[in-house]
Amino acid sequence: MTPTLSIFLAVSAALFCIGLLAALSRRHAIFILIGIEMMLAAANLNFIAFWRFSPEPHQPTGVMVAIFSIAIAAAEAAVGLALVIAVYRHYRTTNVDQLDKLKG
Amino acid sequence: MNNVAFILIAILTLAAALAAASLPKLIHAALSFAVTFIGIAAFFFLLGAEFVGLVQIFVYIGAVAVLIVFTILLTRRDDEKDRGFNWGGVAIAVAVFGGLLWAIFKTQSLSIAAPQIETLTVKRIGEVLMTGFVWPLQCIGLLLTAALIGALILVMEEKR
Amino acid sequence: MSGDFLDQIFIRVKQWLLSWLAGAPDWVIQIASSLINILALLGVFLTLFAAISVLERKILGRMQNRYGPNRVGPFGLFQPIADGIKMLIKEDIVPARADKIVHFLAPILIAATAILALGVIPYGRNMTPFAIDGGILFFFAVGSTTELAVFMAGWGSNNKFSMLGAMRAIAQMISYELPLIVTTLPVVMVVSSLSPDAIVAAQDGYAFGFVPRWFVFTPWGAAAFILFFVSGLVESNRTPFDVPEGESEIVAGHMTEYSGFKYATFFMAEYIGMFAISGLGITLFLGGWHAPIRALEVIPSYAWFFAKLSTLLFVYIWIRATLPRTRVDQVMNFAWKFMLPMAFACVIAAAVWHYAGRGVPGWLWSLGVIAVVYFTLSILLDTRKKFARRTYRFAE
Repeated sequence: MTPTLSIFLAVSAALFCIGLLAALSRRHAIFILIGIEMMLAAANLNFIAFWRFSPEPHQPTGVMVAIFSIAIAAAEAAVGLALVIAVYRHYRTTNVDQLDKLKG
Repeated sequence: MNNVAFILIAILTLAAALAAASLPKLIHAALSFAVTFIGIAAFFFLLGAEFVGLVQIFVYIGAVAVLIVFTILLTRRDDEKDRGFNWGGVAIAVAVFGGLLWAIFKTQSLSIAAPQIETLTVKRIGEVLMTGFVWPLQCIGLLLTAALIGALILVMEEKR
Repeated sequence: MSGDFLDQIFIRVKQWLLSWLAGAPDWVIQIASSLINILALLGVFLTLFAAISVLERKILGRMQNRYGPNRVGPFGLFQPIADGIKMLIKEDIVPARADKIVHFLAPILIAATAILALGVIPYGRNMTPFAIDGGILFFFAVGSTTELAVFMAGWGSNNKFSMLGAMRAIAQMISYELPLIVTTLPVVMVVSSLSPDAIVAAQDGYAFGFVPRWFVFTPWGAAAFILFFVSGLVESNRTPFDVPEGESEIVAGHMTEYSGFKYATFFMAEYIGMFAISGLGITLFLGGWHAPIRALEVIPSYAWFFAKLSTLLFVYIWIRATLPRTRVDQVMNFAWKFMLPMAFACVIAAAVWHYAGRGVPGWLWSLGVIAVVYFTLSILLDTRKKFARRTYRFAE
């Protein structure tokens, strides 16, 4: 059983859903960020898998998109974590359920 | 592609991802998150994109994981365990997984085997970056600068 | 031909060993080949670690006008055996409220990443253990994983000294990663490849018949080598930058709560990190395994590599014996305000050298670029005004 493209896509779908699980079901802001990073990584895996199995692999488009996506994910993680620290400084909590000052 | 290697890496990655999503102590979750990324980098190596795998290890484990553990340290409370686990999230995630699997295995054109390709050298990636993808490269540079300045401003102490 | 035989002797031994498995399937031969590489690498570098642990103490002692250890064996050279036995039989103390798994895994990870980094360096002709296309990137990727392992060591000990020491160590290591990587950029640019084998091959030959084409003999190469060497000093937490582990500063930093064999593992990881960075410096700037004079090319390539490695390690020990420890904010200032702009100047100087023809005019132009940036920085970062005039209270 050579791994076909469907198997790779299934693995990356599983990774995406585990990231979704982390982002939806945890209450700590950093856990949610971890989930988001995992979802981005699963999408990268998809891109590379599609590039590898494509009929024209001389154009490394999938690889390029994955590289840019990694850079963007790093930038987003940095800003997200800076936000978490800034919020903690004001409210002394990282539990997202308690950040509801704008609620009517 | 080696089947044994694929199965082992898949098990490692998914187990570490599940651990990262469900461990109660935050530091353990952050460290298994780093192991997940090692697994994903191994997948990239298996798929023949070695440069991306190395960049993944470098950026995610060397930078993002260190950022996350630093933030965990700086925002520590005495009650470290994460109270409250929302079971609705689990239901949604399982539903999405089911939907994606159904979509993947229903599409016939995706059950293809890997074609033989020439190895993608770093030189080729460099050429493509500087010719076809030069505008995205400049935009990424601007974006990273903006993110750097933004993150610094967010955590700078306000002058009294 | 005898020169070639001695040069390739290890390759021939490995092929003879592999010929015993001639009939086995392909993956068995690959795994066996990798295992032989790994065992050879571990054997050589663990022996070198043992040797340097005693040689460093003797050289430090001689520089401080005393003998080093000289009781165990002839001239004290069996000291590593005594040290090894001591470390192995010491009681392994784990703090009661430490996080057991993290505390246990941290020294393993640090040693593992240090040894992994050794795998991509070319030790001789055809003697790179794992020749991958992006070898330099692999080295830095593995090196950046060390920071996470240092954090695990500091956090897993549940001790404020450890945590502070780990934070300082990580801050230092992250700050100096940038100059380290940017100084390798000129070399990668000029050779247009990330593979260490290609970089060593590009330093082949002699200009004007007798000057080797090593990159250290170009102005941008010399400046980049000095910056690389200093960054390597910082990355390995050696004096004068050993604030994270200085005994008078923070007990032992992130290694405070480790005893016995785990401490020996940290110690080993630090030295192997030194070997790896020196090896990379030799590959990038000092011509790898090439001989400096055409007449001496009969000496095998790996002998030249280890001669250069020994010279660099001697300079490491010499600097340790000579310079005092710097303050942690001075270290950060130095990295961000001086080393990073100088490293970028080296990149520009390498480009100028390449486009001015790589000959004498290119040499002079790139020297001009580096001199201009250096003097501008020294004027901009003027520290003269910060020190008051020295006055003496008693011995006027």
